[in-house]
Amino acid sequence: MSDRFDIIVVGGGHAGVEAAAAAARMGASVALVTFSRAQIGAMSCNPAMGGLGKGHLIREVDAFDGLIARASDHAAIHYRMLNASKGAAVRGPRIQADRGRYRAAIHAMIDAQPGLTVIEGEASALRLEGRRVAGVELAGGRVLAAQAVILATGTFLGGKLHFGMTSMAGGRVGERAATALAAQLRELGLPLARLKTGTPPRLDGRTIDWAALDRQESDRDDWTMSPMSPGRAAPQLFCAITRTNERTHDIIRANLDRSPLFAGAISGVGPRYCPSIEDKVNRFGDRDGHQVFLEPEGLEDIAIYPNGISTSLPEDVQLAMVRSIAGLERAEILQPGYAVEYDHVDPRALEPTLAVWDMDGLYLAGQINGTTGYEEAAAQGLVAGLNAAAWAQGRPPVLFDRAGSYIGVMIDDLVLQGVTEPYRMLTARAEYRLRLRADNAETRLTPKAIAVGCVGPARRRHFEAARAQRARIEDLLSRVATGAELGAAGAPVGKDKAKRALGEWLRFPEVDKASVLRLVPALAGLPARRVEEAIEDHRYAPYVARQEEEIARLRAEESAPLPSRLDYRAVPGLSNEMVERLSRARPATIGAAARVRGITPAALAAILVHSRREAA
Amino acid sequence: MRLSGPEADAALRRLAGRLPEPRRATLATLRADGQVIDNALVLRFPGPRSATGENVVELHLHGGRAVVAAVTRALGAMPGLRPAAAGEFTRRAFENGRIDLAEAEGLADLLAAETESQRRAALMLAGGALGRQVELWRRALLDLAARVEATLDFADEGDVAPDDFPDGLAALADEIGGWLARPGAERLRDGVRVAIAGPPNSGKSSLLNALVGRDAAITSAVAGTTRDLIEAPVAIGGMPFVLVDTAGLREGGDEIEAIGIARARAALAAADIVLWLGPPDEAPEGAMRIHSKADLGPPSSQTDLAVSAVTGEGLARLAQLLCARAASLLPAEGEVALNARHRAALADVVARLRDGAAAADPLVVAESLRLARLALDRVTGRAGVEDMLDALFGRFCIGK
Repeated sequence: MSDRFDIIVVGGGHAGVEAAAAAARMGASVALVTFSRAQIGAMSCNPAMGGLGKGHLIREVDAFDGLIARASDHAAIHYRMLNASKGAAVRGPRIQADRGRYRAAIHAMIDAQPGLTVIEGEASALRLEGRRVAGVELAGGRVLAAQAVILATGTFLGGKLHFGMTSMAGGRVGERAATALAAQLRELGLPLARLKTGTPPRLDGRTIDWAALDRQESDRDDWTMSPMSPGRAAPQLFCAITRTNERTHDIIRANLDRSPLFAGAISGVGPRYCPSIEDKVNRFGDRDGHQVFLEPEGLEDIAIYPNGISTSLPEDVQLAMVRSIAGLERAEILQPGYAVEYDHVDPRALEPTLAVWDMDGLYLAGQINGTTGYEEAAAQGLVAGLNAAAWAQGRPPVLFDRAGSYIGVMIDDLVLQGVTEPYRMLTARAEYRLRLRADNAETRLTPKAIAVGCVGPARRRHFEAARAQRARIEDLLSRVATGAELGAAGAPVGKDKAKRALGEWLRFPEVDKASVLRLVPALAGLPARRVEEAIEDHRYAPYVARQEEEIARLRAEESAPLPSRLDYRAVPGLSNEMVERLSRARPATIGAAARVRGITPAALAAILVHSRREAA
Repeated sequence: MRLSGPEADAALRRLAGRLPEPRRATLATLRADGQVIDNALVLRFPGPRSATGENVVELHLHGGRAVVAAVTRALGAMPGLRPAAAGEFTRRAFENGRIDLAEAEGLADLLAAETESQRRAALMLAGGALGRQVELWRRALLDLAARVEATLDFADEGDVAPDDFPDGLAALADEIGGWLARPGAERLRDGVRVAIAGPPNSGKSSLLNALVGRDAAITSAVAGTTRDLIEAPVAIGGMPFVLVDTAGLREGGDEIEAIGIARARAALAAADIVLWLGPPDEAPEGAMRIHSKADLGPPSSQTDLAVSAVTGEGLARLAQLLCARAASLLPAEGEVALNARHRAALADVVARLRDGAAAADPLVVAESLRLARLALDRVTGRAGVEDMLDALFGRFCIGK
């Protein structure tokens, strides 16, 4: 076997597999290096995929023919559309996955991908020629050569596990930490910072009193994560909901001195939104309870993931805390919860391609960049894989902007703002979210994916069919109707005598899908998800149109470049804080500089004047 | 005389032979080509802690024209120095981040201020009074946005209670709307427009001259002397006015007079206050009915005031009445005066808030708040999504 590739991906988690598969779809020869083949595609944290903002990322990766959505559908044992009662822009598709089925689906897709070779081993060092990456050295001395290397090593960098007051080196339980590689990244001068994250204890489902708890069934309708998936592939299970109570909180308070979070053993910064249960109790002491979702880990698995009580307290306290919760009075813990501390690279050292800015051929993707979540990791893997392949092939970079995708929002946030906590996607992060919906990801992005060449023939056929269906739907929605007709069809739009196309009538909140279907029964013969996508497009069309001007301005600002080696200390009038932020983020355009936090219009004017003066 | 820029210190060293300590007034002998020009007090302020953010040098010269001209000549001969363009120091201060946009506007107004009320209003703006108010509104908007986002991104997590944010949107719209209803800054800057109107030969130009205190308009006994509009700015009681003399209103006359009369009618329509010198029953609505030429005969009972440009009778009373009317048209003492740019942006904020308050769909409410925030940022600065997230996470216990 040849040891020369176009691209080497280190790490077989969600970022690594998407990166490797995307680069291979682009026609590159790819090696995926992992500690253990069996761990490829492992869901190491909670057994769920998607949710608000995260579901958008999954659909967007899928629009580029990625793996995560199709694997999710194969593995799903529970479907739930979050925010189902609200506008589609904030609906969040989410599934509970059977870990084994998920891993099997990823393995099948990786094995079937031409140009992708899996190599088992520990990547012990990067091979460098100056600031240019030449390949990877494996423990044991084997050397793999490549034009570009994508590091998707997750929390393996300088990882440290905390079980109560005892700690040990490691990425996840039972796995090794890639400390040698971490030392090399430090030597390269990449800015590192420390973050922490936690997991809850895993419970034995046979010891939970399910009858006493509220059940949440899987959604009845047959939506799927990927529009390519035929439907529900696995039997559907239910989840259950319970709550912590005053007694739980008392137990936690009494043992805070035994939590490494509070006793000072953990120095990394944890997230604002996903705090450990001891954090929640400490910061929101006035609340009498917090929700806990009991999520099954698999069809054949007795393990239950109690979402909402991640903790680093000692095991005896965890057991007492769990048993104070309704339905869990006799629960047994299979694996205690723990906290992980790890190093990440300050993502402001990256270009919007996820390449390290002052090196050639080194890309970083996933948790190593300070994000949390499978979906965020997968989306970065896609970006790094597309761009590493484009770079190796001498093609232009594949860039994503804030107005076009959640992927673009995340990349922009990471490379400009950096992270102060593990970064998680939220719909509130996307200023143009009315146009960036989970249900229109394919329409928005697959044309771009086809243009860059990372889409297989099956996806392309599917997309062409979808486009034809959409044209048919638009044709039907162009039918003109009077207010009286709509009233008769069950949409009380008042005494408005006007005649409008049905598409325009959809801007009125009274006009719903059912009334439109009554007027145009032919719509019922078209796929429901396409009809709904079209209805949502029309419903928010006035707002989307109003954003056009704003987006045009954004894109104009994006076309005014700033030199990446601009010395911000030499720009008069910037505060030390602004100089610090700008020097780290090195915004590529004046538009990007405007988005760096704390940069005022006056500061922007000064930067613009200074950079023009420098250029003159 | 003030110098600003990287060469300011070098220029001072060449003029004074040395650099004084920063921020300390120092007596220095200024020389050019070996000749002594002046003994001056000099100060230097190294950037960025200076008025413009750059190195600044101040020369306090003896004010003779020859002295100023000699120093200007000497400086102009130095490489890299040139006379400042109008407003350039303010522009540099803005570009260097020393002042925000509203402060820059205030400073520009301050420099242009001619009356006491203009000066006070400009000082408030330059001092950042508007910026502080906008910051309060910005926080209120962020708080509302955080509440809406909590119901959108975290509704399913059970830790977010339903909210009454529509009321909050309406209340904030009312508050900002209240500011919009106040008198704007333009009249303060441009002056309250007072049109003097009436039939030909009713003494309009004489009254204007008497109020201005000089012969701004030609007066004669010939009817139709004033053919075009004559504008005369004047401060009365510390308030800025622009008095507008108009052609006498009558039928007939030649073509040029007809054009003048048309302009007079337009000026009447545009005026804040109309002084009517004709028959009281023909006065335009809202006009002050003035009996002019009081020295020649008693007024009719329907007039508001009798004045005489010849004897000065009634002029002091007229000035009082004008000030009283103007007070309601000008921003009140201690109020931040909004200019047209501020008002347009704030009107946009109010409109967006009203849209949001009326919407049932929380997505539309959130979009309205985002647009309101963008509009508010146009007054002074900006608010990012990150600021809103801070407000969001500071408020709620969110997430699993």
